[in-house]
Amino acid sequence: MTVTIYVPRDSGSLALGADKVAKALAAEIAKRRLDARIVRNGSRGMYWLEPMVEVATSAGRVAYGPVQAKDVGALLDAGLLDGGNHALALGDPEKIPFFARQQRLTFARCGITDPVSLEDYEAHGGLRGLRNALKLTPAEIVKQVTDSGLRGRGGAGFPTGIKWNTVLEAQGERKYIVCNADEGDSGTFSDRMVMEGDPFVLIEGMAIAGIATGATKGYIYLRSEYPHASIALREAIDAARKAGVLGQRILGSDHAFDMEVRIGAGAYVCGEETALLDSLEGKRGQVRAKPPLPAHKGLFGKPTVINNVISLASVPIIMDKGAEFYRDFGMGRSRGTIPIQLTGNVRHGGLFEAAFGMTLGELVDDIGGGTATGRAVRAVQVGGPLGAYFPRALFDTPFDYEAFAARDGLIGHAGIVVFDDSVDMLKQARFAMEFCAIESCGKCTPCRIGSTRGVETLDRLAANIEPEKQVELVTDLCNTMKFGSLCALGGFTPYPVMSALTHFPEDFRPQPMREAAE
Amino acid sequence: MQQQGTQALADVAARTNAVIDELKGLEGPLLPILHGVQKEFGCVPRDALPVIADALNLSRAEVHGVVSFYHDYRSEPAGRHVLKLCRAEACQSMGGDAIADRLQELLGISFHETAKDGSVTLEPVYCLGLCACAPSAMLDGVVIGRLDEGKAQEIVAEVRT
Repeated sequence: MTVTIYVPRDSGSLALGADKVAKALAAEIAKRRLDARIVRNGSRGMYWLEPMVEVATSAGRVAYGPVQAKDVGALLDAGLLDGGNHALALGDPEKIPFFARQQRLTFARCGITDPVSLEDYEAHGGLRGLRNALKLTPAEIVKQVTDSGLRGRGGAGFPTGIKWNTVLEAQGERKYIVCNADEGDSGTFSDRMVMEGDPFVLIEGMAIAGIATGATKGYIYLRSEYPHASIALREAIDAARKAGVLGQRILGSDHAFDMEVRIGAGAYVCGEETALLDSLEGKRGQVRAKPPLPAHKGLFGKPTVINNVISLASVPIIMDKGAEFYRDFGMGRSRGTIPIQLTGNVRHGGLFEAAFGMTLGELVDDIGGGTATGRAVRAVQVGGPLGAYFPRALFDTPFDYEAFAARDGLIGHAGIVVFDDSVDMLKQARFAMEFCAIESCGKCTPCRIGSTRGVETLDRLAANIEPEKQVELVTDLCNTMKFGSLCALGGFTPYPVMSALTHFPEDFRPQPMREAAE
Repeated sequence: MQQQGTQALADVAARTNAVIDELKGLEGPLLPILHGVQKEFGCVPRDALPVIADALNLSRAEVHGVVSFYHDYRSEPAGRHVLKLCRAEACQSMGGDAIADRLQELLGISFHETAKDGSVTLEPVYCLGLCACAPSAMLDGVVIGRLDEGKAQEIVAEVRT
C-alpha cells in the first residue's frame, strides 16, 4: 500500500524551505525504494511549525515540524511512514491546540487536500454547494446568502446578499463576477492561503455567484506579489474546465460560467474596488466616485459583483449546509466565521479561523502566545496599514465589526500585527503617512497632498520643532483626509496615525520629556 | 549609426506587435500586453509605447500614464537578480528595518538601485503575504521567510555568483 506524505506548497511554507524538504524526501524515497508518494498540500496555517510534513497512517494523519531538509534521513530512520516517534513529531495535527480551537468552515479543506485535485476536493465535500445552487432559482440563492448574514470579508463589511441582489435585478446583456484578490494589506494572507491551499472553493463560490446573478464571466484580479497563488489558481481553473465545472454547461446544467486570472502591477490602491475595475479595464487604477455603484455600472460599464476572495470562498459552505448553519456562528451583526491572521512579532503566528466574538487579548495572548521576541506586547495593529493601533488597555474588545468601530478601530481583512515594547509609535505613524503618499492614486487632494504634508509634519515633530503645533496640525490633516478623501486609502490612513497619537502619546512628546518619562 | 537605430526601432516594434497580436483579443488587454512586453524585453521600452497606443487606439499619453502609474513596470531592464524586500508593518515588527539596512550595506546599493556590475536590483515591496514568517523577501520569484544575518549573507553570495 503506497503511503502518502504531505509537504505543503503554500508560499509561507516554501519561504521556510518546503521545496528543499520535498526534494530531499523524494530522493530518499527513491534511494531506499520505499512505497510512498508525496502530495503537495496547502498549509494548515501554523507557520511556526512550517514546513509541517504529514503522513497518512492507518491511525490517521501524523504531523512533523518544523522539518528541514537535513532532518529527512533521521525522520525516515525513525519510521516516518508508520508515524514513528521523533523529536519533531507533533501527533495528530488537528489536536494541536491552535488548530483544535478553531472553527474551520471556509478553510475546512486547507492543508488537508491536494489543492489542484478536483477528485480530492469532491471527496472532502467540494461541489455540494454548487450542486445545491443549481437546483434553485437565482433569487433563492441570493436569499440564502442574504439570510446567512455574510458580510464582505474584504474589510468594508457590506452585506454580500444585498450586493448580489442589486446585480440580479440590474439590467445588462452581460454581467461580471470580479474577485478582488489584491490582498495588499500588511498582516493579511488568508486570501493567499485559500488560493494556494484550496483554490476550488473560490472557483465554486464564483460559479455560484454567476448563477445567482446571471453573470457568465468571472475575473480574479490577483496581485503580482503572489506568483504561487497564480500557479495554483490556473491549474485549478484548467481542471475545473476539463471536468465541466466551468464552461458552457456547468455540471450539465443550462448555466454558463467561465473565468480567468488577471495579474495586477503593484499598486496598493487597486485593492479598492473601483480602482481595481479601472485597472482590469486597462487604465490607471484610480478610484471612481460612487454612484454609480459597480453593481449597476461596474466592469466595462456592466453590472458587476465585486467581492473579496474570502467572501466568495464562504459561499459554498452556506449553499451546502444552509443559511442558518452559517448564521449560528458569530455575534451581533457579525455572523459566521472570520479567518484571523496572527502576524508580526508573535510566537504562534498563523491563520486562526473562528466565529466572531473572541476578544483581541485572547487572540494575541492565548492563541498567539505573546511575542516571538519574548518581550511585552505593547501595540497591535488590526486591519492592515490603514487599521488602528490598539494598546493592551483595549484588549477586551471583541472581534466584531461594530465593537471595533465603537473604539475607533476596524477589523478590515482581520490581520493582527503584534509589536513588542521596542516599537516607536511616532515612527509607525510616520510610516502610515508615507505609505499613503507612496500608494495614493492621486485623484483626490486630501489623500495625495495630505499624506505628504503628514510625513513632513511628523518629521518636524520628531525633530522637536514646535511639537504641540505639529500635533495640532497632524490632527487637522487627519480630519481633512478622513472626511475629504474619495476612498479608504486617504480616508482610513488617519486610523493608524490618530490611534498611535491617542493611545501612545508618550512617543509623541519632545525627546527630553520622553527620556524623563522612561 | 542612424541605420542601426532604425533597425533597433523596427525590432522593438516587431517584438511588441507579436505580444500584442497574442493578447489583443482579451477584454481590457492593456495590462496583460504591458506584462507581456516587460517579459519580452525585461522592461517596457519607450519605443514600444507608440506601437501599443496605435494597436489599441489609445493616445501615447494614455499608455504612458498607465505604465508610469504602476510600480511593476520598468523603463530600464533590472539587474540579473531582483531582490524584493518587504517593508510593511509585520516585517517592521520583527526587525525588518535593520535587515534592510544590512542588506543595503552588503550589496552597496540603496532601494530602487541596480548594482554597478548589473548583478542585482533592490526593490521595496509592501507585503508578500508572509507576515507570519517575517521579515520576508523574494529573490527572483523565490520567497524567503524569517530573514536574519545568515540568510542575508546567503542572498548576497547568491546574487554575486
